[in-house]
Amino acid sequence: METFISALTIFVLAVFVGVFVIKRVPPLLHTPLMSGSNAISGITIVGAMISIATPSPLSTIFGFIAVVFATINVVGGFLVTNRMLGMFKKKE
Amino acid sequence: MFSLINILYLVAAVLFILGLMGLSHPKTAVAGNLKAAAGMLLAIVATLLDRNVIESGTRGLMLIAAGIALGAIIGAVFALKIKMTAMPQMVALLNGFGGGASVLIAGAALHDAVNPNLQLLIATAVSGIIGAVTFWGSLVAFDKLQEFLLPGKPIHYPGQQLLNALLGIVALALAVWIVVDPTSDTTYWVLVLVASILGVLLTIPIGGADMPVAVALLNSYSGLAGAAAGFVLNNNALIITGSLVGASGIILSQIMCKAMNRSLANVLLGKLGSGESTGASADETYAGKIKSTSPEEIAMLLETARRVVIVPGYGLAVSQAQHAVRELATLLESKGTTVEFGIHPVAGRMPGHMNVLLAEADVPYDKLKEMDEINPQFGQVDVVLVIGANDVVNPLAITDPSSPIAGMPILEVGNARSVVVMKRSLSPGFAGIPNPLFAADNTLMYFGDGKAAVQALVAAVKEG
Repeated sequence: METFISALTIFVLAVFVGVFVIKRVPPLLHTPLMSGSNAISGITIVGAMISIATPSPLSTIFGFIAVVFATINVVGGFLVTNRMLGMFKKKE
Repeated sequence: MFSLINILYLVAAVLFILGLMGLSHPKTAVAGNLKAAAGMLLAIVATLLDRNVIESGTRGLMLIAAGIALGAIIGAVFALKIKMTAMPQMVALLNGFGGGASVLIAGAALHDAVNPNLQLLIATAVSGIIGAVTFWGSLVAFDKLQEFLLPGKPIHYPGQQLLNALLGIVALALAVWIVVDPTSDTTYWVLVLVASILGVLLTIPIGGADMPVAVALLNSYSGLAGAAAGFVLNNNALIITGSLVGASGIILSQIMCKAMNRSLANVLLGKLGSGESTGASADETYAGKIKSTSPEEIAMLLETARRVVIVPGYGLAVSQAQHAVRELATLLESKGTTVEFGIHPVAGRMPGHMNVLLAEADVPYDKLKEMDEINPQFGQVDVVLVIGANDVVNPLAITDPSSPIAGMPILEVGNARSVVVMKRSLSPGFAGIPNPLFAADNTLMYFGDGKAAVQALVAAVKEG
């Protein structure tokens, strides 16, 4: 119960941080915001790596597929966001 | 070691937040994205110090490396090949992979758990439901945007909402079952199956033009599924990041709904214009009032204009006319005319899509004006060029309370001295209603196909 409450505390506070930070992003950058948040939601790679490392073969298989999925998010998300942001230029 | 890993996760989370803060301005955005990427690298390195990972030895490390290599290749190919018009599809797919990863992580954790506690069980069920809905919902959204198997149109059938409600209840019942009797994995996978069907059925009634909302919402779900997986593993990095992404998707869905003056429920059920419109028919609106014009005439109009605003719609992107439009803008600027772009929040197929498409065509971002910024200024604008937009400039949103788009904020282009609307025909937009702007005294219609029409106009301005 103790750990649940501290995890819940972190969750709720992070939602508030998220709301305040995201509200400052102008509509101009909403598409890069979405692809960028895709990239950071690839943090599930951390959980997937731990699943791979467990001794059970079934979990290792799930973990492997999850690592592939999450890495697509991480690499695809950050790269495409970087590519898009590079297009936003001020008048030369 | 455990506390070191958690401190590194904290640093990673701070870098993610700093990265998102960087997105508040185009100048700081690239650096912000790099900060977030650095945070991710740190989180991955930290996880290599995890006891389980170390104990798994070479076999575990090899598999992790192989998974990362495979994912990185697929991700990089996507990111570098994707056309900017197809960004909504890319984001939809990425949402789906995020949801899928959470389903698998929770499934593995349940499989391995010895004496699982209540938190793990509830969080596993939540990850399974939200993750599977996200995965399949996103695949359907991808398909609809791509118009691959399913039509972009909403799909309706009798008893639709009842069936969805039933599936939702079954999923919740299975979740309770997992908590009561956690000995078998099978219940979890049945739950995932039911949630998968639900994910498909929830997304098929959403129309193509409403996809921005669906994609933003699925973005939020993918974050929430990740946060739930964080509760499964008691992993702060997942919890914090999942809630950041969850918040982001919810805010974007809200912004989109507000820009269409529709409730989220209305969008998700695929309802638009279901009420009987009492407004005038297309014939009544247009008869004898449409003034058709030619490129030469528009060129003359632009010749004397000091301030021009271009209002692009998705039609512009479909016909790949953004580069031709950029050429037109440059040409007019070289003659001393001020040219700006007025962007409606729902122009394009996802939040901010039109800005990316114009940025790709080298339109400087300080020329891209938000609706709230440009609306009060239309009175001082000489010529507005509406290219491939319809509903977002329809004055019925303001004047006709019975219209399906009543109350939707529009770009008030009619206040400008002259309006030129470039369109293939007088066919209605997504809302299916006529647009009195086309028949207004100060409006000229320029019929033609997006790209070719703009190129003809560029040629006429050059000659003029």
